[in-house]
Amino acid sequence: MNGSHIATVYLKELKDSLRDRRTLLSTIVIPTLVMPLLFFAFGSVMLKMDQQARAETPTVMIIAGEDSPAVLARLRADAKIRIVPTTADWRQRISDKKIRAAVEIPASFEAGLGRGAAPSVTIYNYSGEAKSRLGVEQLERIFRELREATVEARLGERGVPLALTKPFETKRENVAPAEKVGGNLIGGFIPYIIIILCFTGAMYPAMDLTAGEKERGTMETLLCSPVARVNIVLGKFLMVLTASIATMVLSLVSMSVTFVAGGSYFAAKAAAAKGAAAGAATGAMISMIDPVGVIGVFAMVLPVAVFFSAVIFTVALFAKSYKEAQSYVAPMIFVVLLPAMIGMAPGIELSGRLALVPILNLSLVCKEMLSGVWHWHYIALIFGSSCVYAAAALALAVKMFSRESVIFRA
Amino acid sequence: MIEARHLTKTFRDKKRGEIYAANDISFRVQPGQIYGLLGANGAGKTTTLRLLATLLKPTSGSAVIAGFDVAAEPEKVRAHVGFLAASTALYGRLTAREMITYFGQLNGLAGAEIKLRIQRLADALDMHEFLDRRCEKFSTGMKQKTSIARTLIHDPAVMIFDEPTLGLDVMTARAIVRFVRECRDRGKTVIYSTHVMGEVEKLCDTIGIIHDGRLLAEGTLAELRARYGEQDLEEVFVKAVGGEGKK
Repeated sequence: MNGSHIATVYLKELKDSLRDRRTLLSTIVIPTLVMPLLFFAFGSVMLKMDQQARAETPTVMIIAGEDSPAVLARLRADAKIRIVPTTADWRQRISDKKIRAAVEIPASFEAGLGRGAAPSVTIYNYSGEAKSRLGVEQLERIFRELREATVEARLGERGVPLALTKPFETKRENVAPAEKVGGNLIGGFIPYIIIILCFTGAMYPAMDLTAGEKERGTMETLLCSPVARVNIVLGKFLMVLTASIATMVLSLVSMSVTFVAGGSYFAAKAAAAKGAAAGAATGAMISMIDPVGVIGVFAMVLPVAVFFSAVIFTVALFAKSYKEAQSYVAPMIFVVLLPAMIGMAPGIELSGRLALVPILNLSLVCKEMLSGVWHWHYIALIFGSSCVYAAAALALAVKMFSRESVIFRA
Repeated sequence: MIEARHLTKTFRDKKRGEIYAANDISFRVQPGQIYGLLGANGAGKTTTLRLLATLLKPTSGSAVIAGFDVAAEPEKVRAHVGFLAASTALYGRLTAREMITYFGQLNGLAGAEIKLRIQRLADALDMHEFLDRRCEKFSTGMKQKTSIARTLIHDPAVMIFDEPTLGLDVMTARAIVRFVRECRDRGKTVIYSTHVMGEVEKLCDTIGIIHDGRLLAEGTLAELRARYGEQDLEEVFVKAVGGEGKK
């Protein structure tokens, strides 16, 4: 190993990569822009949809109920729904989303109420559709009010106090620290994004510096130089690692700025639209993320970045062309995605065995650290095992680089 | 000086089994001489030269270049070799100056020394006009000149040329031939592979005919003509490889 040779190779690859549009796009432009774009696009659409749905008064048809005039009047008088004239094809109209719901009042409903045994009211809706759900909620509210009024009236008649129907109350209280709540809510999502960006950041330079060089014929030129192979691999590898880390840091910075700026933007916007709850929740969630946790995440990701860089480097080295390398490396994203996604799922907690599963262990421990939980023995185990995997992958890359059958594959 | 002793290189092929890309090849080239390796495509020229340049390791046999063994001290061998092949390309996103500087650094030269040598090479090869432009936009002639400067930056004692004129136009090819001759005149040891008879006739002091990984005949042009009783080098070549029918 020769430090100055490694540095020479590294600096040349850095200069070369900074002039490559493809690498620039994948390591700098995309990670910086993807979060703000996603966040604002998604946020705006959600806000708009929500406002639209709320602004609209759900249209409802009433089926039958001619012998229950008081109930009909109550429905017609409610400001939160709009009763439209009943047609025979009401089922079809709900499916076509022309009306949001229909309510069927059984025959002699009011009479039944008076006798103390009314048949049930049926609400027809389009399940899973947000606007239909809002219509149903309003109908259910009206009938709940009606039921409570009926109960109250009957108890009054018999001289029974209202409290008899509610002997006690239950209430919930949160004991989890604020960070834990935030960490669980978005803490699963952040490591997921970091792992993917770490991988994609390493992807393009790793392919360009190996298969790309073979394809362009510069690999043979480079191998003619008196520099030992191991120095060439390490110089190139360091460049790939730089790209991976640059992508991750840029995306983290862009993500925090987006969340802070975007969170308050949507909070203000939602408040203006008298729907403050959603916006405020986002803002509160951000402030719940532990900044020390973010530093911890960064430290834990480092060996995984080394691991990714070395693995992609080795795989791409086998390919003869950039295109061939892409077809090897692209499917690897799914191998990375799967454990990262499992880590995002709620209910999965760290254990001694899971702490040894690469990628999944990172995802789980990051979730914990972001929510302010520091299980030091797991953290040490995960950091240690990640370093071992990284060293093994790097050793493999060095070994493959000195194999003629890989470098001069016919 | 180059000395190849029973150089052998085998590859494993799934369908055809073990293939001898170079089979028991021995020869010697003195400083100030050009050794021409003449053979058809797939005869083993590139493999032999890659073995000499330590890009490949010999399966058996050995070679000593400028006093260093290719197997024992490959880095020292490469430090004394300039390797130019049709397949050794330039970094498109670097300028010619950056490209040559990079290889100067890889050869352990100091910055000031590299500057001085680039100045001299650019004078000799008439490169000043495009020295600070990126290689991706170069014409074939400019690329060749840059590659030559790249192979010469560490002033190697041994020059290895693997079909350097492949795919070049007549003028550029002639410039290469002239450059190879200059290398010899400056006392370098030169080995040159080609399948173009004319180049061998013009350039080489000694000719080795290689076929199917074996060195079948060796000698000066006059010696080979006498041995096979033919004036035309092409006829000599066909006779040496055992007739046209045999592949």
